[in-house]
Amino acid sequence: MASGSATISSDLITRRFASLRERDAKALVIYVTAGHPDRARSLALLRGIADAGADVIELGVPFSDPLADGPVIQASSQRALELGMTFDGVLELAAEATVDVPLVLFSYLNPIIAAGPSALARAAASGIHGLLVTDLPVGGDAEVERKIGESPLAFIRLVAPTTPTPRMAEIARHGSGFVYLISRLGVTGMQNEIATGLGATIERLRSATKLPVCVGFGISGPEQAAAVAALADGVVVGSAVVRAAGSSVEDAVALVRSMRKAIDDR
Amino acid sequence: MTATHTGDRFGAFGGRYVPETLIPALDDLEAALAQAVQDPGFVSELDSLLATYVGRPSPLSDAPRLSALVRATVLLKREDLNHTGAHKINNTVGQALLARRMGKRRIIAETGAGQHGVATATICARFGLECVVYMGEEDMRRQALNVFRMRLMGARVIPVTSGTRTLKDATTEAIRDWVTNVTDSHYIIGSVVGPAPYPRMVREFQAVIGREARAQMLAQVGRLPATVVACVGGGSNAMGIFHPFVSDAEVELVGVEAAGEGLDTGRHSASLSRGTPGVLHGARSYLLQDAAGQVHPAHSISAGLDYPGVGPEHSHLKDSGRAMYVSITDEEALEGLVTLSRLEGIIPALETAHAIAWVVKERARWSSDDAVLICISGRGDKDVTQVSELLGDRIAS
Repeated sequence: MASGSATISSDLITRRFASLRERDAKALVIYVTAGHPDRARSLALLRGIADAGADVIELGVPFSDPLADGPVIQASSQRALELGMTFDGVLELAAEATVDVPLVLFSYLNPIIAAGPSALARAAASGIHGLLVTDLPVGGDAEVERKIGESPLAFIRLVAPTTPTPRMAEIARHGSGFVYLISRLGVTGMQNEIATGLGATIERLRSATKLPVCVGFGISGPEQAAAVAALADGVVVGSAVVRAAGSSVEDAVALVRSMRKAIDDR
Repeated sequence: MTATHTGDRFGAFGGRYVPETLIPALDDLEAALAQAVQDPGFVSELDSLLATYVGRPSPLSDAPRLSALVRATVLLKREDLNHTGAHKINNTVGQALLARRMGKRRIIAETGAGQHGVATATICARFGLECVVYMGEEDMRRQALNVFRMRLMGARVIPVTSGTRTLKDATTEAIRDWVTNVTDSHYIIGSVVGPAPYPRMVREFQAVIGREARAQMLAQVGRLPATVVACVGGGSNAMGIFHPFVSDAEVELVGVEAAGEGLDTGRHSASLSRGTPGVLHGARSYLLQDAAGQVHPAHSISAGLDYPGVGPEHSHLKDSGRAMYVSITDEEALEGLVTLSRLEGIIPALETAHAIAWVVKERARWSSDDAVLICISGRGDKDVTQVSELLGDRIAS
């Protein structure tokens, strides 16, 4: 369905996971809020975490009402909006960063709709490789989902611990790149322990799809990251990095580097 | 159901724009609702509670002196006489019964003015359910008495300090709680908003207002009203009274939004009059937002209308032309409150006062043969402190 050039964006993510699998390595997926703590430091942060060994970077599009996010990402989004970050501002940031790591836009639906019908094409042209929409579950809006599916971007879908296995299969069929498994009930944010039952949920998901499985929500430190990496194909870390970035870019980059090491040494 | 309802949408509006975690809970809720409304036991328990606990049917009152002013027959549907003083309890009784049926013992609610929070705390006390209410810090200050009422009945009221600290952020926070505690908790949304099946479910529980009013019009007045008027924030009292009249093509339906300090000041809550379609709190509907899709803070003198979104079925009724949406400023609403108090001895809620004010302002549109039905969605006791500060000297003597 997609033309030759149009498949390039999403293919980069697929190739990244294939190469990780060849090396028996696990993916480190890092979330940052675009424009936080400010534009210049956000740019430095993107380059820093790419250098520190992130395999995929989720670039958060700030939204006024982030109902799936905990306090850390809420506050970072609010800050980025106050400093004037917009959808196209996020794309400019991505284009300027020129990192050698696949970039996935992590957004709520409303800012994407407001960015107009060419939003996804503009994203692809700016070096974005995938899209994850927090409040667009499979079957939530067939027309919007079709447009994203037909875009050059990989369509990363979310699976929750509450998702029944048959629906997991349906979600995976409507997604590409990788599947993002929410490790626990609740919003984004740091937790001390790995969610109970995570192993069983990952097994159910694996029975439903061949796509790589990355696990996020609540992973805050290197030990947890290593433990989750032992079960899944990748680990997503968000709030812990965003919080560190609030103090300094160097702290955030150091955290990513320690996560990388912990996952590789597992 | 109505011809306007197809699946989980109302025309181009509605839907389920929520995190994946909530989808199974929404499926369960939809299934439980479908079963419950077919179950004579559920229906009779609901009817019995509405009769013996809420005090239904609520009367349809004549309004002789207001009628003289308007030069038409004005009728008032008295939801202010319900237990807890507003229409909100019709919905909370229905949803609490449903929660109990689903085995959920913990109830979450959001509240703006506090009326929905009080109605939820009330029914939770009656059923022995745990009750957690999210309320913006700013609203807790404006409606301190309702906070006390909720706590008196055993509810936990949690201040929301994010964003604008009003109803919008309380709703967001309530959804976050539900995502976290979805296995043992039911979220009682207070209006015809949120993801499917909420807008349709809340409308069904509120449609008792319109069913009673339609029958009372025929019995007491001998004809249907020319116009049905109700205030619209999220729009549950309006949807409740409109719904049974939607197929009566000759009946005009008018929703009155809050124009706040004026539609051109940017400080208002008129999502239908001045908003554009967008996605907030799980549904596609008209929304106050900027060009970048960021939600714009709403403003109204009345905390219950102070919301940047509106129920998706209202968006559909607007676009299809079946209902008309107008607006009334803070100042006009205050006048409306005084008018009904002086002419009929009924102190309406500030929300309701918007509907009164529009009828008085537009009185030239009716002939003396016409009947005008106004939904008195709530009583004004909760607002008297605020109103006394605003009106002060103008009322003295």
